[in-house]
Amino acid sequence: MTGPVPVPPAMTGRAARSRRVIPGFGLTLGYTMLYLSLIVLIPLSATFFRSLDSGWGHFWAVVTAPRVVASLRLSFGAALLAAAVNAVFGLVIAWVLVRYRFPFRRLIDAMVDLPFALPTAVAGIALTALYAPNGWLGRGLQPLGIHVAFTPLGVVIALIFIGLPFVVRTLQPVLEELDKEVEQAAATLGASEWQTFARVILPALWPALLTGFALAFARAVGEYGSVIFIAGNMPMKSEIAPLLIITKLEQYDYSGATAIAVVMLVLSFALMLGINALQSWASTRHGAA
Amino acid sequence: MEAPAIAATYEAPVSRALRRQGPRQGMRWGRLMLIGVALSFLAAFVLLPLLVVFAQAFSKGLGVYLAAVSEPTAWSAVKLTLTVAAIAVPMNLLFGVVSAWAITKFQFRGKSTLITLIDLPFAVSPVIAGLTYILLFGARGWFGPYLQAHDIRMVFAVPGIVLATLFVTFPFVARELIPVMQAQGKHDEETALSLGAGGWQVFWHVTLPNIRWGLLYGVLLCNARAMGEFGAVSVVSGHIRGLTNTMPLHVEILYNEYNYAAAFAVASLLALLALLTLAGKSFLEWRQPELRHGTRRARADLEK
Repeated sequence: MTGPVPVPPAMTGRAARSRRVIPGFGLTLGYTMLYLSLIVLIPLSATFFRSLDSGWGHFWAVVTAPRVVASLRLSFGAALLAAAVNAVFGLVIAWVLVRYRFPFRRLIDAMVDLPFALPTAVAGIALTALYAPNGWLGRGLQPLGIHVAFTPLGVVIALIFIGLPFVVRTLQPVLEELDKEVEQAAATLGASEWQTFARVILPALWPALLTGFALAFARAVGEYGSVIFIAGNMPMKSEIAPLLIITKLEQYDYSGATAIAVVMLVLSFALMLGINALQSWASTRHGAA
Repeated sequence: MEAPAIAATYEAPVSRALRRQGPRQGMRWGRLMLIGVALSFLAAFVLLPLLVVFAQAFSKGLGVYLAAVSEPTAWSAVKLTLTVAAIAVPMNLLFGVVSAWAITKFQFRGKSTLITLIDLPFAVSPVIAGLTYILLFGARGWFGPYLQAHDIRMVFAVPGIVLATLFVTFPFVARELIPVMQAQGKHDEETALSLGAGGWQVFWHVTLPNIRWGLLYGVLLCNARAMGEFGAVSVVSGHIRGLTNTMPLHVEILYNEYNYAAAFAVASLLALLALLTLAGKSFLEWRQPELRHGTRRARADLEK
């Protein structure tokens, strides 16, 4: 126990030179890079390499096929719509949980995380049971002409479910830290409640709202488990891109599956970069907050 | 002594203005309406899905429920799910501690890129995660011929399921630990080292006690995802009943066979796991309130 502890050999020379007191730099960073490469980076780059196996022409033919385009449009469109709905209602929920006091608030707050914790397959069959024509909610919506289960609307519902905590949990800390004196100052200066919200509170929340939106969107684009049960999976109509990847794999169409995967990866990375840029612009503009 | 007096003088006009500001009745209605909207939304999207799982699970009575969860294929699914989590969670736990040590105790170039790369699996569809391993280890994958020649099964077998689970749960422990260790700084460790403690001693006796709640928090979230993962595992498992079926996959099979009561019975076990996870999470947040919002703040600190 008390004997001298060997310092990893990679450490000694460099550590001594840069006068690092804490040991383990080489060992921990090395292991981090190795494990990251083995589990994440090498498999992901393999996907990019493999997508060009059958040539650029084949790649282009696969990703411009009408069924693939329709599925990509559904995955990205439904994810955007769901993230937008979550941004609005997530803001209301975060606001209510931070600013108001009511019975069972703590319990309700804890429940917001359920979509994180509930396995997606369970969420999928539960939402389908709820929104099916004879389900608890579907029964009420059916006479109004609203069909949720087995339509693109069902896809959006499932994506709202899984994205909600991202928005609420990103907004809550910012709302908690928001200086109430600024709102009071706005009120003293004669601003109405709505003016205070639109001109004082909302600008301070923009960066966090965008982050929450981006996280919810990123999660929703690739979502599979909660969607496939409620979507009905009709080609050209309610078939999401991840499902099409699996369909192609089951037909041993590896290059087709890989091509769709690469398009999804590139599109979502590009969108995330765009949102990151927008977010840093928003936070410099409202830097004080 | 002076400060409260000043606060009082400034407080007065504010509250007067707020009082003057008009119909308090309106404010109260607005508040009630917002609470109503928030709670209805949560009821429709969170509470009802949870309730429907248990309602459907017991819809055919307790007998059917017990039969569904004690059936041999259900048991082998439970066992496989526990096995996979028992391998994947410790591996990602080790990675989480090691990477958080590297990131929070040292300065080096490219640190923020490294953090982004660790978060990368969150931005990748689970289905694509599964696909990448098929492309590497499948029959027509890069290492496929080698594996076949040596009679090693990776995909459509347990190792593939473990790998896919490792990928999707990769960032969980690291991203909870990095903010916790960042907030704690390195003063304690430096003091212990200057008093003559060795590296491992410092880790076991100084760092580990400091981060234990954060560590548990990460493990809890990582475990919930590992046991519940569906998309990635679905791609690599091959759905061999009794052999490569995890619990979520078993739920899918039963559901697709129109055996709804049984599907929801097994699903209710997973829902119970989710509820336990939430309870544990709330407990840890009560023990250490910083855990709740740690990630965001430390992230901002690191990127400065």
